[in-house]
Amino acid sequence: MSFDRRNFFKTICVAGATLAVGNSFGAVKQDENAIEFQGVLYDSTRCLGCRACERVCATAHGLPEAKDELKAGVIRNTSESQRSVINNHITSKGEVYVKKQCMHCNEPACAAACLTQAMHKTKEGPVVWRGDKCMGCRYCMISCPFDVPKFEYHSANPKIEKCDMCYDRIKTGKIPACAEACPGDALTFGTRRELIQEARKRIFESPKDYVNQIYGEEVAGGTGWLYLSSAPFNEVGFNTKLQNSSYPELSKGFLYTVPSVFVLLPPLLLGIHEATKNRNHSNEDENE
Amino acid sequence: MKTKMNKQIQTIAKDNDGGSIFKFILSELKPKGKLLTPFNLIAFPVIILGIVLIVIRFVSGLGSVTNLTQDTPWGLWIGFDVVTGVAFAGGAYVLTFIVYILKVEKYHSIVRVTVLNGFLAYLFYAGALLLDLGRPWNVINPIIGNNFGTSSVLFLVAWHFLLYMIAELIEFSPAIAEWLGARRARKILSGLTIGAVIFGITLSTLHQSGLGALYLMAKDKIHPLWYSEFIPIMFLVSSVFAGLSMVIFEGSISHKVFFNQISEKNHKAQNGILQGLAKICAGAMFAYFFLQLLVLIHGKNWDLLNTKMGYWFLLEMLGFVLLPMFLFLYSYRHRNIFMIRLAAIMTMIGVILNRLNLTVIGFKWDAASHYYPSWMEIVVTLTVIFTEILIFKWIINRMPVLRESPSWVEDEKI
Ligand code: SF4
Ligand code: SF4
Repeated sequence: MSFDRRNFFKTICVAGATLAVGNSFGAVKQDENAIEFQGVLYDSTRCLGCRACERVCATAHGLPEAKDELKAGVIRNTSESQRSVINNHITSKGEVYVKKQCMHCNEPACAAACLTQAMHKTKEGPVVWRGDKCMGCRYCMISCPFDVPKFEYHSANPKIEKCDMCYDRIKTGKIPACAEACPGDALTFGTRRELIQEARKRIFESPKDYVNQIYGEEVAGGTGWLYLSSAPFNEVGFNTKLQNSSYPELSKGFLYTVPSVFVLLPPLLLGIHEATKNRNHSNEDENE
Repeated sequence: MKTKMNKQIQTIAKDNDGGSIFKFILSELKPKGKLLTPFNLIAFPVIILGIVLIVIRFVSGLGSVTNLTQDTPWGLWIGFDVVTGVAFAGGAYVLTFIVYILKVEKYHSIVRVTVLNGFLAYLFYAGALLLDLGRPWNVINPIIGNNFGTSSVLFLVAWHFLLYMIAELIEFSPAIAEWLGARRARKILSGLTIGAVIFGITLSTLHQSGLGALYLMAKDKIHPLWYSEFIPIMFLVSSVFAGLSMVIFEGSISHKVFFNQISEKNHKAQNGILQGLAKICAGAMFAYFFLQLLVLIHGKNWDLLNTKMGYWFLLEMLGFVLLPMFLFLYSYRHRNIFMIRLAAIMTMIGVILNRLNLTVIGFKWDAASHYYPSWMEIVVTLTVIFTEILIFKWIINRMPVLRESPSWVEDEKI
């Protein structure tokens, strides 16, 4: 990302935004101060690797229980039948458990991608999928930087599966099933602000136990799910090369130019059309 | 309202020398010419097989026919049928711009066939998008306004496809009216042409680039040699020569296959047209190559060139952009029609390579297991292409597309 390129797009953006009749093409709103998103803090140093979270997740969402063994160094992935997995990573700090599920981004690429608003960032924070709207185009899968949404390829009525932070439970005042079930207190549910404070406190109090980073605080514009780890994050299955700015930002420049093209191009074309009209007297009929 | 419409239809029908329009259409539906041509012998079995596969796909899910995975959710049907197919359909907006806006009359005789081609390409290749949808019954949501995902590039592209198809249908509609002998309708419809052209060009610039913008958020998944924030502009510029190469290619074949439909005058004009198109292609390709070079320098991706993907990238850029560009230039200077055709074919291969490199080959290029299309995906793709060609032939044999318009059209001109 260098400056001149950004400026180039910005100029176009500003032109587009001023010319646009409404500002309907903006990506998902980011009014972080106004709304307090809720999220979950996962602390790998407290995780026992018991997989209780996996089991309650399966029951809570009517999915089959995972049968495969948890082996150190063997990476399992979430799938269309498993929204959350625990992995045992072999790292420079020894074996480290890490849970994996949707990150519930502040500005989710999946929701910006979705043309039916089936993927939706709720005001409470969870990013949910709504089957009555989804047309199964899988553009959310293309766009999610964490490769979270999964698709049922072998169904005539396929669903997109991904963690929804137990949105139905949150609405009734309960906390996500995994956070409730965790015997080691590795999962803490709360507002994002509280969780970041709590995470900072833990790092501050025992700096030897943690790498000095909260994964999710900044990556991809910030995520609802936050991580503390004893080993560097690139050793526990995270892509540390992801950008810190939000992903919907990447296509905003393009979307902002659309209204200005719509306003500027047709009159320009019409102008040229009028200007060239009399150039060719022998061909009066341009209506073919 | 309804009666008024009915009346209009009646008057339109009456125009047709008193005969019943429906009888006329019925008689036209029957195939003309030989059925057992070599093309049909290949096309029909493929289409039948393809239809069977499409049924299987809807009964037991996408996974039963395609090799798509959780890592590669878009494969051949999107990467080739939609993304590449639409680039090839770009000839229509470029030519309508040249003929109706810039008034270069030289190309007038090929506008109709190009617009028809563009329309069918959108109908079939963008229609292939429906095959790829997991829950196609919800496609209605973003159309009737249930749920407008206005922040979605795909929303924009889908809407533009729809509107552009209507614009192209209007541009083509005078030919249909001439076929039906509907004089009044022809007059009304041809009055709409210039509006449809302007609207169509605007839509085209936006969705040609929009197809590239679809992949902007997949920043970490596409090989850096193909990913840059300029993908939309690259897609737009390359759609110019992709579309025109298709016009050259298709025109060369049509001139052989439908030889006796084309007037002497237009036969003679053909070479001049091809040379003109070659010049435009070369210009657009130069701009494109220059842009690619700038992006490469800007992105500081030099070191990546000396990798396997780098050689592949160089092959695409040097072998299938720069080389055909020079061929176009050379053949333009030396009036070598064969070379123009060769250059057009190479350019088309280059565009296919480029679109597939971005959407399929370079997508998750570093993943452990890579996606390859299944034979069934290929058969369905061929089904789409063959059906399109058959419909194209059907229309060419009936409507005045390559042929001159009926004589009454001339009479009605002021
Ligand atoms: S991690 Fe992916 S699926 Fe989850 S909210 Fe972010 S973009 Fe959406
Ligand atoms: S697959 Fe469904 S949820 Fe995902 S982008 Fe498409 S319509 Fe939206």
